[in-house]
Amino acid sequence: MLEWAQNFMAAIPPVLLMTVYMFIFVLVLFGCVAYVTLAERKVIGFMQVRIGPNRVGPRGFGQPIADALKLMFKEMILPNDADRFLFRLAPLLSMIPALAAWAVIPFADGWNFADINAGLLYLLAMTSLGIYGVIIAGWASNSKYALLGALRSAAQIVSYEIAMGFALVGVLMASGSLNLGDIVEAQEGNVFTWNWLILFPLFITYLIAGVAETNRAPFDVVEGESEIVAGFHVEYSGMGFALFFLAEYANIILISALTALLFLGGWLSPFPESWSSVPYLGVLLGHGPHMFIAKTCFFIFCFLWFRATFPRYRYDQIMRLGWKVLLPITLIWIFVEGVLLYFELPPWWFD
Amino acid sequence: MDVTWSAREIIMIENYLPVLIFIVIATVVGGAIMFLGLARIGLGPHVKDAAKESPYECGFEAFEDARMQFDVRYYLVAILFIIFDLEIAFLFPWAVSIREVGLIGFVSMAVFLIILTIGFIYEWKKGALDWD
Repeated sequence: MLEWAQNFMAAIPPVLLMTVYMFIFVLVLFGCVAYVTLAERKVIGFMQVRIGPNRVGPRGFGQPIADALKLMFKEMILPNDADRFLFRLAPLLSMIPALAAWAVIPFADGWNFADINAGLLYLLAMTSLGIYGVIIAGWASNSKYALLGALRSAAQIVSYEIAMGFALVGVLMASGSLNLGDIVEAQEGNVFTWNWLILFPLFITYLIAGVAETNRAPFDVVEGESEIVAGFHVEYSGMGFALFFLAEYANIILISALTALLFLGGWLSPFPESWSSVPYLGVLLGHGPHMFIAKTCFFIFCFLWFRATFPRYRYDQIMRLGWKVLLPITLIWIFVEGVLLYFELPPWWFD
Repeated sequence: MDVTWSAREIIMIENYLPVLIFIVIATVVGGAIMFLGLARIGLGPHVKDAAKESPYECGFEAFEDARMQFDVRYYLVAILFIIFDLEIAFLFPWAVSIREVGLIGFVSMAVFLIILTIGFIYEWKKGALDWD
């Protein structure tokens, strides 16, 4: 018993330190989310030959802080006949998985909070849990628009989840591990040994499914402001709305980071190994977290770009794309990949 | 009472403890944000108004119950999802160990996938995937 107590006491300082690190990480993530919203308005602004927000602070850089403060001082309205408990629980349920998923993301070799061997399974579970927040919000609001939005969202997310899951199966076959660090290391070599080339159909499928999973344009019939006003969060105001908003952008960053890890080699550098010995610049050209962050930023930019470029899909078109296009593509590619792997054909002849 | 843990279990706990702590932190941070917004506790005002608190319906008085019947196709999508998601869950361990399972593992999973593909083609032809 004494020994157990001693072990327990010895474990407290590292656990406390880790808690502090995680807390700082979550705050930094909130900062990133805030500035992704600014980036979105700026990027779409420039794509439409406008300037975007430019009043608060130099060049509009204070805008996200002003938005956050404004939302904080707004009333959170509880509609008549809404389920009081579920109405307040729903934003939390969509926020928690979007944050908790980050526990297993490696920023560089060994730079993650939890190096678990079922990392990808955990991520699949966490990204699937987000749907509960949406559907509970829709049901608890006691509003027709909210219920319609939640139903659409549930059916859409569930449909694209399948294409996404099959794309992940392809990644697992290529790397032979569920651990995210191992998946990145299996891609080591050069730009052409990263998964995006050998798994190209799965890469495209994953990216499209990721956009649909986060309910972003052109798959945003869930919000569809021209028909069901704002979908599942039409009745939310103040901090409840802020939480949904944060969760949506945290999910965008998460999906971008995952695409970078699974298909674009995470922290691996696209430049030849010898370049990293160049004085001063070498650090920037070698492997490292900056490569991972740069790739993530590229995919975040793609999300914003899609929104500015594509018109919204009709709902039946969305469902057709998910079930009749992406699903068969992934099924066929898993067959092809299985055969290639089994008979050790290129690019796996060297295994 | 003597609790002994095997080395494997200890490694499991060491690896997964950060995940648990992270989930707790996510809950606490999310809860704190929500707490800030709650009426009477938070920073926002709290003024009662019948029109403000009625559910939004384009300015009309809300009629009937909002928790209405919905299209059965959503239900169908949910059922199809369960089938395919289970299939993915079956494929995960196979995909990780494809280099080790040999011919039997490879062929049996190919048969499994073919059966499911036949089911998928049947659904498609039956029109279960149509949405109009």
